[in-house]
Amino acid sequence: MAGLGFACLVLALVVCAYGIGASLYGVRSGRVEFSESGRRSVYALAGILTVAMVVLEIAFLGNDFAFNTVADTSSRTTPALYRAAAVWSSQEGSLLLWAWLMSLWSSLALFLTRKRMRDVAAYATAILLGFGGFFVGLMVFYANPFATTHPVPPEGVGLDPLLRFPTMMIHPPMLYSGYTLCTIPFAFGMGALLARRVDADWIKAIRRFAFAAWLFLGIGILLGALWSYSELGWGGYWGWDAVENASLMPWLTGTAFLHSLMIQEKRGMLKVWNVSLVLATGTLAIMGTFLVRSGVLNSIHAFGGHTLGVPFVCLIALMIAGSIYLVVSRRDMLRSQHRLDSLISRESIFLANNLVLVGLCFVIFWGTYFPLISEAFTGQEASVGPPWFDRYTVPLALILVLLSGIGPVIAWRRATLANARRNFLIPLGAALGMLLVLEIGGVTQKPLASAMFCCAAFVFGSIGQEFFRGTRARRAMAGERAPLALLALVRRNRRRYGGYIVHIGIAVLFVGVAASSSFQHASQLGLSPGQSTRVGAYEIRYVRPTATVTPKYDAAHTGSTLNLGAVLDVTKHGRHVATLNPSEGFYASEEASQGTVGSLIGGQPVSHVALDVGLTRNVWTAIEPDIEAPALKRIVTDGNSTLPPEEAVVAIAYLARAYLQHPPQAQFNFLVSPLVMWIWIGGLIVFGGALIALWPAPSTVRRRVAARSRARAVRGLARA
Amino acid sequence: MNPARKRTVRLVVALSAAVVLATALIYTSFSAASPALTPSQLVREAQPGRSYELTGTVAKGSVHREGAVLRFAVEDRVGGTAIPLSYTGVVPDPFREGREVIVNVEKQGGRYIGENNSLITKCPSKYKTAPPSENQNS
Repeated sequence: MAGLGFACLVLALVVCAYGIGASLYGVRSGRVEFSESGRRSVYALAGILTVAMVVLEIAFLGNDFAFNTVADTSSRTTPALYRAAAVWSSQEGSLLLWAWLMSLWSSLALFLTRKRMRDVAAYATAILLGFGGFFVGLMVFYANPFATTHPVPPEGVGLDPLLRFPTMMIHPPMLYSGYTLCTIPFAFGMGALLARRVDADWIKAIRRFAFAAWLFLGIGILLGALWSYSELGWGGYWGWDAVENASLMPWLTGTAFLHSLMIQEKRGMLKVWNVSLVLATGTLAIMGTFLVRSGVLNSIHAFGGHTLGVPFVCLIALMIAGSIYLVVSRRDMLRSQHRLDSLISRESIFLANNLVLVGLCFVIFWGTYFPLISEAFTGQEASVGPPWFDRYTVPLALILVLLSGIGPVIAWRRATLANARRNFLIPLGAALGMLLVLEIGGVTQKPLASAMFCCAAFVFGSIGQEFFRGTRARRAMAGERAPLALLALVRRNRRRYGGYIVHIGIAVLFVGVAASSSFQHASQLGLSPGQSTRVGAYEIRYVRPTATVTPKYDAAHTGSTLNLGAVLDVTKHGRHVATLNPSEGFYASEEASQGTVGSLIGGQPVSHVALDVGLTRNVWTAIEPDIEAPALKRIVTDGNSTLPPEEAVVAIAYLARAYLQHPPQAQFNFLVSPLVMWIWIGGLIVFGGALIALWPAPSTVRRRVAARSRARAVRGLARA
Repeated sequence: MNPARKRTVRLVVALSAAVVLATALIYTSFSAASPALTPSQLVREAQPGRSYELTGTVAKGSVHREGAVLRFAVEDRVGGTAIPLSYTGVVPDPFREGREVIVNVEKQGGRYIGENNSLITKCPSKYKTAPPSENQNS
């Protein structure tokens, strides 16, 4: 099996090399059959890598510990669901996932453009196969996912317990889909420059893919935040960690591109800017992939102990140099057809939005790579913390949300005073109304959060007004009832109204971020059963301890050996709110030095957070039981010296009982975060809006079908 | 003012604003950054009242909990100098003896205090505990 997998990789490398040659020769010599063949090698690559992926999945699901990757990241005790996801938890497996997803998305993109822009597509094919070849080459020469050892280990190390969380199944594929989709606009942008066809055609062809890249990256980022919030024991969703930042940067430049491409489509402006944004997005996506693998920056996420840094740095340098060379050498073709007419117009608002987004990206870039920059300039590695990021990103985010309310309603070319009065009265009223509500409610002590609430109200006002006006116009024209008119309105202008819904979702998301970060109550303390504490308006009482023992080979749930937790009673003003049961899971380790009993619980402990979820606030609780308490430790050491491995689990049961009878003081971490649910709700709204905008418009489908049937009729007539 | 000139003026204004902002950003990043030091460097260089990012491994047998305060020592990767710390706040799940950690510390008097909630644990070989030599290219 391993041989088959590795053979697939070698074959894939050959296919990449052939495809690059064929498409370049085809486009250079004008022989279409060669560029066609180049395109087909992308399909072939997708097929071959699918086989490789299936081989690896089978190895993981079948516990084939001859594979190094299986032995290192999976085990019999790892539940089947997580064994399937463990494929991409290793360096090697995640490279394969990357290459596989890239080949699939590239195949789709090249299939959809097979009848258009043959020259641009041929160059794009070569570039995409270049990426494919790079990643497959890494696997063949540096990190082979199909490497095997003899003798075959009897048992694997197991998937890191921290990763045994449902979103682990979808977070990496989503994020990698986002990253790989970013390379498609990059390839077509390069292709357009190489073929000297920089009109709006290539932008139309990749618009959907840029949007899909943006969407998948966004989903990946949000799922990562959700994992951090509900699995890591600190209760935050964003920590300005290097790897988080790496995924946010291409998302920001992608957002900028999605807006500025509209200006190119409508007004033929900003061509240099657009093509630069596309190239930057692709490069940042590769840098994001690189950051996780190189270990150059300190991050909790980084893969360590590997030296893929040099090839990646070469690739990135090549991408940057190629981009700069092509944009500079083709600058004459990238002249704008129009000039900016007025500073008060939709174009300039879009431009401002672009500048803010790129500014944000620059801030994050600087902060993320600061350890390297500082070492280069001062010889001393130093890093900036979250407060530094917040200082710049919070005001920029405020401006961004405000602009997302102005953009949709301001006129193209030149806005007049009358236009402004007509469009901004209601949104401004909404913002002022919000300020008034905050003032009366007495929650203005956090000026930045208040400003965000007002900006969000402005967005709701302006977008609500757009929906209302559009619906009213349709009702007047078609005489439809209001809900029907609203539906028809959205259906006829999917991109526009889908975009508006995305804006609403972003505003909702930021309301959640502002409220939960500014008005959070946190408490960390040790409690014994019967004791209680106050967190915000809530009273939390430690009622009694809990303990459950799972036999080692029962692969239920996440596969922990021992779970120690607490029953917490949450009340507000004497009224019962919720009963929560946070716990900590202790997992088996493979270190024999910990003894027969010790090794059963000696792996990494993982918090199982307990949440009371609500629309207005979440009560978040985590426990850190004191397993090192002297009485418990004695059970482990006694068991180690007396019990053989097969009976060691008896000591664990004994330990659990001792914990229940004489619970030592446990450390608790409590958070009451207002409106935090709205971050996820906002994310869902964004997702819905993006789907509406991405869905093929029924009119074009119908038009295509109609055109085809007309053609058939004409052919029929001709034959008759 | 003719349109071409107006555009040039706008461009100059926009560019200088960008330069000013970028300078502010760069300046604050250098002044707000905490230097990343190993324990032996920290012992030599630490000045009281300044924040440092300490990286190293958790010394064996040094972890003790006293109520809300976690006491542990961070030593150089190669062993040697160990700095005892008292830390309050969230302890990440992967924290254990022998693991690599990053924590912001401040010297107060002769003692080192870990900043609240600043502890980060790094898994030197991500998601696997096997020695790294084994998965090279074999």
